Formats: sequence, structure tokens, C-alpha cells
Amino acid sequence: MNRHLISSADLTRADAVRILDTADELARISDRPIKKLPTLRGRTVVNLFYEDSTRTRISFEAAAKRLSADVINFSAKGSSVAKGESLKDTALTLEAMGADAVVIRHSASGAPHRLAEWVRGSVLNAGDGSHEHPTQALLDAFTIRRRFGRDSGSAAAAESGGGLDGLRVTIVGDILHSRVARSNVWLLHTLGADVTLVAPPTLLPLAVGTWPCSVSYDLDAALPKSDVVMMLRVQRERMSAAYFPSVREYSRRYGLDAARVAQLPERAIVMHPGPMNRGVEIAAGVADSPRSTVVEQVANGVSVRMAVLYLLLGGAEERA
Amino acid sequence: MPAAQSPHSGAPASGGAPVLGPPGQSPPGRDGPAEPVPGPGRTGPAPGKVVLEEAEIGRALTRVAHEIIERTRGAADVILLGIPTRGVPLARRLAERIGQVESRQVPCGSLDITMYRDDLRLRPARALGHTEVPREGIDGRIVVLVDDVLYSGRTVRAALDALNELGRPRAVQLAVLVDRGHRELPVRADYVGKNLPTSQQELVRVLLSEIDGEDAVCLGAAHGAAGRTQ
Repeated sequence: MNRHLISSADLTRADAVRILDTADELARISDRPIKKLPTLRGRTVVNLFYEDSTRTRISFEAAAKRLSADVINFSAKGSSVAKGESLKDTALTLEAMGADAVVIRHSASGAPHRLAEWVRGSVLNAGDGSHEHPTQALLDAFTIRRRFGRDSGSAAAAESGGGLDGLRVTIVGDILHSRVARSNVWLLHTLGADVTLVAPPTLLPLAVGTWPCSVSYDLDAALPKSDVVMMLRVQRERMSAAYFPSVREYSRRYGLDAARVAQLPERAIVMHPGPMNRGVEIAAGVADSPRSTVVEQVANGVSVRMAVLYLLLGGAEERA
Repeated sequence: MPAAQSPHSGAPASGGAPVLGPPGQSPPGRDGPAEPVPGPGRTGPAPGKVVLEEAEIGRALTRVAHEIIERTRGAADVILLGIPTRGVPLARRLAERIGQVESRQVPCGSLDITMYRDDLRLRPARALGHTEVPREGIDGRIVVLVDDVLYSGRTVRAALDALNELGRPRAVQLAVLVDRGHRELPVRADYVGKNLPTSQQELVRVLLSEIDGEDAVCLGAAHGAAGRTQ
């Protein structure tokens, strides 16, 4: 593992468990009256967002501020990017300003990887195109661990080594355009979960056969065998072609409604990375049910991002 | 900035491999996981001369427990907070002894200081310990910080900062099993199990049965670079 967090495929099981254990401790701080830690005082974190985002940007900003880092927010709108500045020139500007970490969201897959070659600080991928979104996968794994009582300190954690061994996770929906799905497949596999992808054939990537997971086209068959169902958003903004005949048909075959939830095992949970299209991939009643972890996922996002920032920036500068 | 961490609790209590830092370096320091992870120092030869044996540690703790009761007039408002790793079982043992004498439960918890250390930038990121404050909170109470070894005093400084964010105790006192001298900050312990004159080249290792399977305090030669970074 290096000083960047670009892909969840780069994380070893020990890395991932360490991030989640750290997040467990940091989550307790959110319960205190004073939620701030002095750990990253004097460090600068730049949020470099080329794509719209509410929760991820705010989550990273809150995480960095709770660790006392200075936060600079940069969004492509209203910046020199609108005048045609390239990613590299922007990177060099940030470098000159002394950014210790750059959190980047970009519509081009691989942008964080390129950025990491140009800046000295740590690069954190906050979503690149349809490639990866590793902190989302980490917060999903964190949420699953908590819901199934496997967080650090629990008896189950001692048995499973902090992983998700034996849990069956079904990811449903637009896998093709989903960086969340890709990051989750790798991370959950690393942590020992069995991952099944469910989607219409048109919304599966060509290379899905090489991913460490199984694939199904039939949601109703997969549900009774799922401990976790993760619904993905239908990403209309990334759809350049007709991937399914109509939204109604998609919703009928791949949407999670109350009848489908009834097929789930008793302890199963329903996740969604947000933003939700209520009535399309997930019924409103399901999104608001006690099984749903949607709101928890947002809260957990801050703890997990604090953990990542602390582990990347909190220690010594890299020694040559 | 001189190192804050003493090699006191023994050789690197190894926090495991640094997750995102440079590979292959075990962060020396005391705040590793509670289980005894074999670290570079721990796997070395015999830990050196035993200076306190199990019975002596027991007697020292009993005496410290009585001193706490005396100094705090019955320990009515006392909360014991152990500093991970080995301060935590020590705090529990003291709470038990005070509880026996006073015939009641004495609140006891742990206070992790990792995020408040002044030497974070000198080492790869460390694993965090566990902070568990008794439900009563610390406001208006007498907090007795408990640690295994008092050395530079930097751990205690960090602990005071950490306490500050949890509330406002009426008073803060410090109890340590071993005071080995060589202070770098104006810090003094209120209760000391044993004063142990040492040279800075020496390593003090405290072994406790809850973590290490046996009780002992050992004094040995430092293992090369493990320990202080001066």
C-alpha cells in the first residue's frame, strides 16, 4: 500500500481492517460534545471536485475539519478550469500552495492516478468516472460490519479477524456505470464476503467475468440468499444509449419494493450509496424502513474518511 | 522535536504494519493493540534483569490504592483512567483494590492519547487505542490517570490534552507503576509504585498478566534503534 488511496483493489485485508478499526474508534468521537482532534493541525487538504457531489465533498470536508486540517474547496465551476486550465496545471498550482492531500472527484476514469504522478501529497480518489470510489466502499464495509456486530472489540470480530467472512452481499443495478459497485466488489472480496452482482445484461461491464464475484440476472432468485442488498442508482446522466426499454420495466424487474424485501432473510439489510431515485431502483417505503442503512451510511462516511486521512497524513512523511 | 515516546512499556508494542505508510516499519510506541503482537523488540532475547516480581507489583499497587483513598478522602469522586496499553489493566486492578477497601464500585475506564501525541509526524501512523469513559463522565470528578511507566512526561501531557476535550475534572492526578526519571516536561506523579533509577540507554519493560501472561518489571539494554529516536 502506498501513500495514496486510488483503488480499493490496492488495499490488503490488513490495510482494510486497520482503516475500519480506526474508523470504529473515531466514530466514538462523534458522540462527544467536542468533536475535534488536533491530529492534522497545520496540514492542508484540498477538495478538488470536477463533478457535482454533495455528500462526498461535505463528508471529506467534515472529516478533515474534525482532524483540524485546513480545508480548501475547489470546484470546477467558477474556477480556471472553466477557462480551459488542464488537470496538470491545476495540480501544479495546488502543489505550489503546499497541499498535503488532494481529494479528487473527476468524470474521467484514471484522473486520480495521473494526478498522483504530479503532486507530492497524498491523492484520495473520491470517485473517478465509472472506475472507483474507494471511500464509499470502505464506508459500506464499515456499515455492514457494524450492523452485523463485527466491529472492533466485538466477540465476532475476534473470531473473524475484523472481516466480513461468510456474509453474502448482492449488488443490484447499473453495474456498468457504477464506480461504487467496482470498488465494493474488490473490497468486500478482500474482506471475505461473497459478492453477487444482479443486473440486466446490458448494464454489466464486459470484463465482469474477471471480477471476484458471481453474476445473476434474476433478482428474485438472489434475494433469499442475501445478507446485504446494495441497490445502485440508475445513472441517467451517464447513459448515452438505451440500456433498458423503460424505467417502469427496469423498476419492475430490478427495483426493490416491499414484496421483494419480504423475501430477504430476517437480519438482512438494505443499502444505497445515494442519491436515491425513489420509486425507480428502491421503493420509498423500503428506503425508510429499519432495514435501510442509507442515513447510517452518510454518518459512517465521516468516520471512515477521518480514518483514511489520519492513516495517510497522520504519520511520518514518507522516508526515502 | 525530541521523541515523546519512551521505550518504557517495552520494546515497540508494535501497532502492526503501518497501513498506508512506508511498508515494513513497525511503529514503535505503546499504543499498539492490546494483544501482545510479536514486534521487533518483543521477539528478542530474555527481557533483561527482573526488578519487580509479581508479589512486589501486587504490594506496590495495594499501597498506591491506599494512598489514593487517603489523598482523596475515601475516593468518593475518583475515576481511574488507564492509558493504553498497559495502563488500562493497572487502572482496573487499582479500582478493584480501592473497591475492596471502600466496599463499592470505583469507576474505571481508558483514555487513548494517540491523536494528541506530539511525535505523530515522526513515525508512520499508529493504530488507535480505545477510549472508554465511565458513564458518569469526568466533570467535577477527580480523575486519576494510570500508566505503567513515567519517563519523558510527554504521554501525560498528551493525556491532559485529551482529557480537556472530554470535560472538566475537579482535579487530575497521576499514578504510575514505575517512575524511571529523565523527564522532558514539568510533570510529576502523585502516586508511584516504584522509583527506578535508569540510564536513557536502558529499556524498562512492564509485563502484566492480562496482556503478557505474567507480571514483571524488567530492566534491560535497549535494542538498537528501538526506543528513542534521539
